[in-house]
Amino acid sequence: MEQQTVIQTQNLDLTFKTNDGPVHALKGIDLSIERGEFVSFIGPSGCGKTTLLRVIADLEKPTGGTIEVNGMTPEEARKKRAYGYVFQAAALYPWRTIGANIALPLEVMGIEKAKREELVKKNLELVNLDGFANKFPWQLSGGMQQRASIARALSFDPDMLLMDEPFGALDEIVRDYLNEQLLDLWAKTKKTVVFVTHSIPEAVFLSTKIVVMSPRPGRIHEIIDCDLGDNRTLDIRETPRFIEIAHQVREGLKLGHADDE
Amino acid sequence: MPMTSSRDGFAAFLHDRLIPIGTVLLGILMLWYVFTVVLNAPFERDQAARADTEISTTQLITNTMMQKRPILPAPHQVAVEIWETTVEKKITSKRSLIYHTWVTLSSTLLGFAMGTGLGILLAVGIVHSRVLDKSLMPWIITSQTIPILAIAPMVIVVLNAIGISGLLPKAVISMYLSFFPVAVGMEKGLRSPEVMHLDLMHTYNASRSQVFWKLRWPASVPFLFTSMKVAVAISLVGAIVGELPTGASAGLGARLLSGSYYGQTIQIWSALIAASLLAAALVMVIDLIGRSVTRRMGMAA
Repeated sequence: MEQQTVIQTQNLDLTFKTNDGPVHALKGIDLSIERGEFVSFIGPSGCGKTTLLRVIADLEKPTGGTIEVNGMTPEEARKKRAYGYVFQAAALYPWRTIGANIALPLEVMGIEKAKREELVKKNLELVNLDGFANKFPWQLSGGMQQRASIARALSFDPDMLLMDEPFGALDEIVRDYLNEQLLDLWAKTKKTVVFVTHSIPEAVFLSTKIVVMSPRPGRIHEIIDCDLGDNRTLDIRETPRFIEIAHQVREGLKLGHADDE
Repeated sequence: MPMTSSRDGFAAFLHDRLIPIGTVLLGILMLWYVFTVVLNAPFERDQAARADTEISTTQLITNTMMQKRPILPAPHQVAVEIWETTVEKKITSKRSLIYHTWVTLSSTLLGFAMGTGLGILLAVGIVHSRVLDKSLMPWIITSQTIPILAIAPMVIVVLNAIGISGLLPKAVISMYLSFFPVAVGMEKGLRSPEVMHLDLMHTYNASRSQVFWKLRWPASVPFLFTSMKVAVAISLVGAIVGELPTGASAGLGARLLSGSYYGQTIQIWSALIAASLLAAALVMVIDLIGRSVTRRMGMAA
């Protein structure tokens, strides 16, 4: 596949003004993400991984450096609906059924009813939730709710999927299952995925590229290629190559912390 | 939401509602009778002393519950009065309590509707405009620190001077009281969506009106009904207060006023009971509507 850069940052900086003085959340971030990649940001809390994702999504404004998303500013990209965003919690609207929740972005974008229904059905099938369109969120388990929120992010067929610790609140069994499903989905849709996590196995299992970040100020410590190939299954986690990459990530995280002392 | 009670409907109702509420009611009635005797006894003793007769304790107690103009009428006297002025009177009669209740109810409902509308409008303005947020809220709070008894006569007089009389002035007083809880409750309700829910709309590049109709408004519905429950009860207070300064000839307020002019304590008390029953019924109706709306919206109450 032809290489095409979808996200490009140069010397990106972000300082939050707080009552306790300025907080340097991101410092000198240089990063490029190619179309179709699955990139994970990993690091301890306070390393700015979520902030970086939010800058890409135009939910935060950087205070220095440059960033381009699809060759545009993040704001222009957001207005062109370049990405679907999945939050830490499912954030489904409790007064809407699952189907209506998935239709929400489509309604906002003014897509007509028949087309909406078709897209809702298609995306429910994509996350294996067919038959749940008329249920309310509280009638679903946490894992199912998060799948519904992924279907919502995919409903308008954006190029990119930005995911902020989407499985962080779920137990490990559900998380494993959803990781497999997510890889499956990624293979089917060929979307660029940017994924924030604090779990090493999750990052190694899912990613083609792992961005190891370190805190205070939030910066990139190391970028690790994760060349485990396509069609991964959970068994891959027993292989030497997997363990090797996981070790490399762990060492990176440790060093990132060390130069903090 | 499925009912988790193990008891069936009636047993549960008996256990959870009837017995506790009944016990309190019984306690109140007993206290009421005690006070009836204590408060009305001096009059009876006075009468006996004037007539130079001895009065037995039993006779004294019986008499205190049968006075025509007691200081505190006995519960059964009020009950009889209510029965006579509701069931035994034509609704069109000026002495029918139902007629008077209806007069008050109509201005209560009009004032409540106007107050709810005004409250919602103010809340929408406050939430969407920093200028309104800074400038309106202090005035809204100040408006409620002025005693309604001081404002009511002026409202009636001013509106009368420009040719508006009857239902509307009373409704305006109800509105003056009832917009407040709705404005405050809806301001909170419209600001209640989580940051994540708002961020989500931002990622869709939703307009302000889309954020309002698809997020802020539905999120505020439970707050709306809670504040409407308070608003409907004080709307009734407003309507009754509005009937006092004009010496209105109809309405529960008029019954209270004429009762106090002529020392008809039984009439006062029956009007009071009617007013409190009406308030309870109104709050219950709003509560039921609120529950059914939130249930239909999928938000289990």
